[in-house]
Amino acid sequence: MAGLPDEPMNWIGRNIPRLEDPALVRGEGRFVADIAVGSRAVVFVRSPVAAGVIRGIEKPDLPRGVLVITGGDVAALKPIVPRLGRFNYVAIEQPILPRDRVHYVGQPVVAVVAPTQREAEDIADAVFLDIEPEQAVVDLDSAAGPGAPVVHPMAPTNTIVEGRIRTPGLDAVLAESTIVEIDVRSRRQNASPMETRGGAASFDKASGRVSLHASVQMPHMLRTGIADCIGMPEADLRVVAPDVGGGFGQKMSLFPEYVLLVWLARKYRTEVAWIEDRRENLIASAHSRDQHHIVRGAFDGQGVMRGLDVEILANIGAFSCYPTTCGVEPLMALAEYAGPYKVAEYGTHARGITTNTAVMAPYRGVSRPVVSFALERLMEVAAKRLNIDPIEIRRRNLVTVFPHRTPTNMVLDEASYLETMEKAVEVADLPGFRARQQAAREQGRYLGIGFSVINERTGYGTPAFAARSMEITPGYERVEICMTPSGEVEARIGASPHGQGLRTTLAQIIAEEVGVDVQRIRIIHGDTDRTPYGWGTFASRSLVIAGGASKLAAGKLAQKLKRAAAVLLQGEESQVRLEAGMALIPGGASISLDTIARTVYHSAGPISEKIGYDLNEAATYDPEGTFSNACHVAVVEVDAETGNTRILRYIVVEDAGRLINPMIVDGQVQGGVAQGIGNALLEEIIYDADGNILTGSFADFIPPTMAEVPDIEVHHLATLTGATVLQAKGVGEGGSIAAPAAVINAICDALQPFGVQLFEMPATPQRVRAAIRAAQETSP
Amino acid sequence: MSEPKVTVCCTVNGQKVEADVVPRMSLADMLREELHLTGTHLGCEHGVCGACTIIVNGAPVRSCLMFGIQAEGAEIRTVEGLADGDTLSPLQRAFWEKHGLQCGFCTPGFLMLATWMLEQPEPVTEERLRHVLSSNLCRCTGYTNIVRAVTAAAKEMGKWAESAAA
Ligand code: FES
Ligand code: FES
Repeated sequence: MAGLPDEPMNWIGRNIPRLEDPALVRGEGRFVADIAVGSRAVVFVRSPVAAGVIRGIEKPDLPRGVLVITGGDVAALKPIVPRLGRFNYVAIEQPILPRDRVHYVGQPVVAVVAPTQREAEDIADAVFLDIEPEQAVVDLDSAAGPGAPVVHPMAPTNTIVEGRIRTPGLDAVLAESTIVEIDVRSRRQNASPMETRGGAASFDKASGRVSLHASVQMPHMLRTGIADCIGMPEADLRVVAPDVGGGFGQKMSLFPEYVLLVWLARKYRTEVAWIEDRRENLIASAHSRDQHHIVRGAFDGQGVMRGLDVEILANIGAFSCYPTTCGVEPLMALAEYAGPYKVAEYGTHARGITTNTAVMAPYRGVSRPVVSFALERLMEVAAKRLNIDPIEIRRRNLVTVFPHRTPTNMVLDEASYLETMEKAVEVADLPGFRARQQAAREQGRYLGIGFSVINERTGYGTPAFAARSMEITPGYERVEICMTPSGEVEARIGASPHGQGLRTTLAQIIAEEVGVDVQRIRIIHGDTDRTPYGWGTFASRSLVIAGGASKLAAGKLAQKLKRAAAVLLQGEESQVRLEAGMALIPGGASISLDTIARTVYHSAGPISEKIGYDLNEAATYDPEGTFSNACHVAVVEVDAETGNTRILRYIVVEDAGRLINPMIVDGQVQGGVAQGIGNALLEEIIYDADGNILTGSFADFIPPTMAEVPDIEVHHLATLTGATVLQAKGVGEGGSIAAPAAVINAICDALQPFGVQLFEMPATPQRVRAAIRAAQETSP
Repeated sequence: MSEPKVTVCCTVNGQKVEADVVPRMSLADMLREELHLTGTHLGCEHGVCGACTIIVNGAPVRSCLMFGIQAEGAEIRTVEGLADGDTLSPLQRAFWEKHGLQCGFCTPGFLMLATWMLEQPEPVTEERLRHVLSSNLCRCTGYTNIVRAVTAAAKEMGKWAESAAA
């Protein structure tokens, strides 16, 4: 493991207060609902049944200025059809508004446009959808089983995507090892950003263009997707992601609502806005992690896992999300199941199953929270079975030699899997905890500690997406940088942050290269008219990829400034240093960068021969990817009477390589952990057997509050990877990946006296109580 | 479809204002749409998330659960009124310095609720802080830095008390 950087740095590694914040703490942010004030309102009438045939749509008498748009009105719009080139993928079509049938409760069927939100809601209430219900299939296992109702005729087994991998030696290893088998279920989640989805589209009569301001993570991709559906030139559409109130993956996908907004604005040459309400968000935005895994670990007598054999089912909902496709969950699980562990022989059969439920889309960590939950439960169960200490069994299985090639051909770069775990054991004072746990048990209180060791694949470029055979392979990022005549630096980026503090961190990276103050750097993002084509912000990629491109572009700009300074100071280019807004040469001569900028633009004569006529540079970065890693520890107390879990302490030992702004990194980790705690204990989207959703408010789908989430301590190790130009690794998802396993392992540890083992998340009080009761009934 | 409107007179951030609203318009919508104070955010519109929290007649209120017409004669404070010109309030500054926000969508609600708490006579302990602020949701920060920010502001304002348990 490499140490910390020896060269002192001016900007990187400092807790610079975020440049984003002054406006936000004054309530001066501009979120899409703020932009939408005064626009005509769009309200969607959504399907009340999970499967059925549309017999008719009855509209009320419409006042002037009110429109009711049905599937028949938008027959010319192409459906959303993401594609995968392999894995038996069946391309299913998601209509913008359906004409014949509905496929899930919440599917938009009719759009109402009225001068105000209230009027639009009144009309929407009076629209009657005459839908003849058909038998729906909701439950994952039933949908995958024989004789299930068929959701899409082109997929008679409801299987939309199917991947298999099996190393040649797996069967032999399975035959000769101790097999530990667990059956793991993750219930359905909703990412629930505090700001719901929404868009405001306006037509500009002078240019004939439409601007769509929308709460999204991938503005360029959205523009392509919408233009394709409408059949309009992309150049006539501008997509802007203004301040975005959280996304967590839910705002990556192309949704029919956005296509319709642009179509309406264009057709009626007007301004329309749709701001989703919370119920719509909970029932009809995107869901995630409705998965069932059967995991078989093959262990030798020493507790070394020789092989891993997994069966994965993922409920992909009624359609396939664009652009990632519904392969995103099952195929990620297939590729990354082994996590930080050495597994010589590996087999997976992963299927994405369609049902009459809301569409699955990525949510922070995608499949990995479920995968690490399964793996970390497996380690605990195997340790018990083989009578090995649970920390010791992990020591014997963690990857310690790098680079390490996984059975699915991923290369794990330098990391600290073992070291983070050892440090976590030390910080948690495991022996001390065991003594307290014993004392508490004697008083009838159940304390438990749970560990979870993860790696997090971050900052991966196009090769990783190409490996999934996606028709669209995101990955690279481009940064265009420019010094203005007055000496500020503008960087236009393709990434599209929404809370990650990227404006600050990228400014720190650029400041380090160019030697200007972060206050003089403007990061321009989220606007397709002003930024180069890029992929937005998701998959823990922006700091690594957009940050890498920023460093490369800023390096070129610095070079250009040095060359100009050398001319103006009559020195050697190689001897010029840029610092604190000045270019300096040995011997004391110096010139401000502002003066250089003025000169380049306005008195081009003498230096144009050396550097041309501008201070513009650009760079594109498309890395292989890098793995950050962490060990999480949860300490809990479980009330055996009520099944309620209280988290007493939460520790993260994280290795994200070089930290650009440690405070922002910690914030990412803490936020992810809180979401993971929600996944572990509270949050669950529930359907009844007919596909009606039972959790349509925050009173039923319960994100954690400050009462459930304790102070989250974050400690760091820093392995400086050679895999990225910044030596930094992404951290956006690790918190939510590791937390469910740590929390539920802790609950099981607490309930050791009852012999309770939980394999279902969330471990709600009801489930914990049921497990205690079942254990008591079966114990002699 | 033109609904009759009612004129509401109230004071918002120290200024007398008037708005013509339909009776069913929420106070949050009145602030946002009629008075163009869009700092008050709507996260759920059913009283759970607290993003819309403002202070009405000295009490924290979920403005999505109150009608505009109920604000007749009221003294209302919103996030836009916290700073004194260019100078942020100690609490706003603490949120900034302690990284108490990420996307910033929940922030106005937290700021208003915590502002109210810090103005009450009783000292702020960690228990009280968590008890009061657990009525608002944040999906980004994991709360750790919100607690740290409010703690720092309470200390600066002389309102902090170590809890008995500590
Ligand atoms: S918007 Fe008022 S409580 Fe959520
Ligand atoms: S900062 Fe995003 S919801 Fe709190």
